[in-house]
Amino acid sequence: MNKSVMIVGVGGQGTLLASRILGAVLLKKGYNVKLSEVHGMSQRGGSVVTYVKYGDEIASPIIEKGEADIILAFEQLEAARWLEYMKPDGKVIVNTQKIDPMSVVIGDAVYPDGVIDAIKAAGADVLELDALPVAVEAGSPKAVNVVLIGAMAKHTGIEKETWLEAVRECVPAKFLDLNIKAFELGYNI
Amino acid sequence: MKKLLLGNEAVAAGLYEAGVKVVSSYPGTPSTEVTEFAAKYDEIYCEWAPNEKVAMEVAFGAAVAGARAFCAQKHVGLNVAADPLFTASYTGVNAGMVILVADDPGMHSSQNEQDSRHYAQASKIMMLEPSDSDECLKFIKLAFELSERFDTPVILRETTRIAHSRSLAETGERVEPDNKEYTKNPQKYVMAPANAKVKHIVVEQRILDQTAFAEKEAVEIGLNKVEYYSKKIGVITAGVCYDYAKEALGDKASYLKLGCLYPLPVQLIKDFAAQCETVYVIEELDDYIETHCLKNGINVRGKADFTLIGEYSQSLIAKVVLGEEKPTIKADIDIPVRPPVLCAGCPHRGLFYALKKAGVETVTGDIGCYTLGASKPIGMIDTCLCMGASVSSLHGRNKANPEKANKTVAVIGDSTFIHSGVTGLINIAYNKSNSVSIILDNSITGMTGHQQNPTTGYTIKGDPTSAVSLEKLAVAVGIPESNIFVCDPYNLTDSEQAVRKALDCDGPAVVISRRPCALLKYVKHNPPLSVDKEKCVGCKMCMRIGCPAISIKDGKAQIDSTQCLGCDVCSQLCKPGAIG
Repeated sequence: MNKSVMIVGVGGQGTLLASRILGAVLLKKGYNVKLSEVHGMSQRGGSVVTYVKYGDEIASPIIEKGEADIILAFEQLEAARWLEYMKPDGKVIVNTQKIDPMSVVIGDAVYPDGVIDAIKAAGADVLELDALPVAVEAGSPKAVNVVLIGAMAKHTGIEKETWLEAVRECVPAKFLDLNIKAFELGYNI
Repeated sequence: MKKLLLGNEAVAAGLYEAGVKVVSSYPGTPSTEVTEFAAKYDEIYCEWAPNEKVAMEVAFGAAVAGARAFCAQKHVGLNVAADPLFTASYTGVNAGMVILVADDPGMHSSQNEQDSRHYAQASKIMMLEPSDSDECLKFIKLAFELSERFDTPVILRETTRIAHSRSLAETGERVEPDNKEYTKNPQKYVMAPANAKVKHIVVEQRILDQTAFAEKEAVEIGLNKVEYYSKKIGVITAGVCYDYAKEALGDKASYLKLGCLYPLPVQLIKDFAAQCETVYVIEELDDYIETHCLKNGINVRGKADFTLIGEYSQSLIAKVVLGEEKPTIKADIDIPVRPPVLCAGCPHRGLFYALKKAGVETVTGDIGCYTLGASKPIGMIDTCLCMGASVSSLHGRNKANPEKANKTVAVIGDSTFIHSGVTGLINIAYNKSNSVSIILDNSITGMTGHQQNPTTGYTIKGDPTSAVSLEKLAVAVGIPESNIFVCDPYNLTDSEQAVRKALDCDGPAVVISRRPCALLKYVKHNPPLSVDKEKCVGCKMCMRIGCPAISIKDGKAQIDSTQCLGCDVCSQLCKPGAIG
């Protein structure tokens, strides 16, 4: 059975590292894996998405509307933006952090109220968490990505030790302790 | 061993295994990582060239000298390199030469959506296209063999989803070939008319030979692949569209997957089409394969059902071919768009504000992060065409509209200036243009993810080297030394003065706005700034520069400390002195 995970957020939040950790875990489990990411101009503070697909045989590297089993959202508006890409019975794991798009900052648009309620009202199974203070507790606000990976890990049926091995492989040695702590805190939410 | 590799990383692994000795490229999304990964192998000489034309000629020189050689570029980069491309087709090679071109359907990071398959046909150069990372690795190796066998450069075409997707690829050992001997042969290498006339005949025969290869041998080695399942639907496809079609249709269709996109087989397609009830050509961008089929009397469906625009997907194919759509859910709220913006601390921001203050009305722009200066609230860029066009088109504007010359400037990054802005500046000096060119020197090729260039003083491998002096270069091309101004874009007054002085100059002038990209690892940042809520009067002056770290809450400015790099540009705008 093939599975699909979308990691969505705002350029600069570290979604690529999160997808790399997930990819490493899936390889360790012997799955066939395809990951698709977008580089270049869209990284600069724009809406970013990474597709991760795994199973016996994966054809397309991208996830389309109605296909994702899990959406891991680093920011609430991005969770709402990409919700259509989730299967109606999929799970949204959403960081409740809000980052204003430039259109909101300059007053051309408003950041809607009740984003998470709207996602729930659409019928989605939602796990919400405030990852920023957790990352700060781990030692750096930049560890939000690993906190979120930790939170998702618990819902994948893949044992924690494999995840920890992947974190060790994917993060620079000097930030290892911080990231392990961030993962543990996320996992235990 | 099997590894999870980015398509571009797999191409680099293939270069290594194929014994490639020389790689020269100019960065361009989505092709950039090929050359970056290739540079990690000590066995490969690797470099960033000033532009794609130079890169391709370097690769050509190396291949003719007898070493396997390679260059990579994005689709628009191939436009720049088209001149050597078309004639290298005539000369052929000695050792293998492979040219990678990465198209960007959907324009994730490009200014147009051109289809480079036309280049293969137009230049009469063989083109291969992989569908995943494993094929990236295998096809690049095969491309070198075919290059040597048919005495031609070979193009490997990727699209964004192949270049930037990770999938499993089987890696192996490097086979180190000896350099081939170079022998003087002007009939082959000197493309003066008398020789070129003879070579054109050779090229046409080569296409016939390659077509025979595409019909039969390419099938035997799995380059062109026929897969029969249900014959109710037949799909002729290539590249990532094969992946989409397989996911959408599975065994409800049969497939002819073309790995060789030029030349295309005829009989192979006819035989496949004859086996299937309804045959679709599924290809992103232009109707390249479809036109070939129709020209050869093969009845297929294509663009009438699909589209010339944007990326395809499994859901598009399922909808068109099967009439099926997946159920979805949707949040019932208005979601504001989130386009990319200049980063917090970006040095371009201060310069754009200085232009506004100096009364500049029109800005010809170029290719780089600073194109984002077209977006609100900065909104300064008027045009963006191609690499280098800011400088050359500014001259055209000013000749057409001389009375506006003191309100019009060009902005161009350091790398883009070296790529092809300098020729425009030579034109400005030579043709006595009263034009102000502004070089946004952030000491790196920024938008493609920090590549060294001839102005930075470092090679792709990080070794120190000579650095082009932009000031001296401007003088050398004929800009008077007194008309060259250097400013720090973090200093708004200084920058505004530099722009004003340049606009007041008699004759051509250059402003160099110099400050390294804030994301460079060696750049030290100041502590984040904060807003004194008592002093803030909510005037929103600080919002005019479009910094993503600044927002308004309860009528007062606030600064996100996780984003702010302490560049101090906003505090220079704050009249009550609330930011510090």
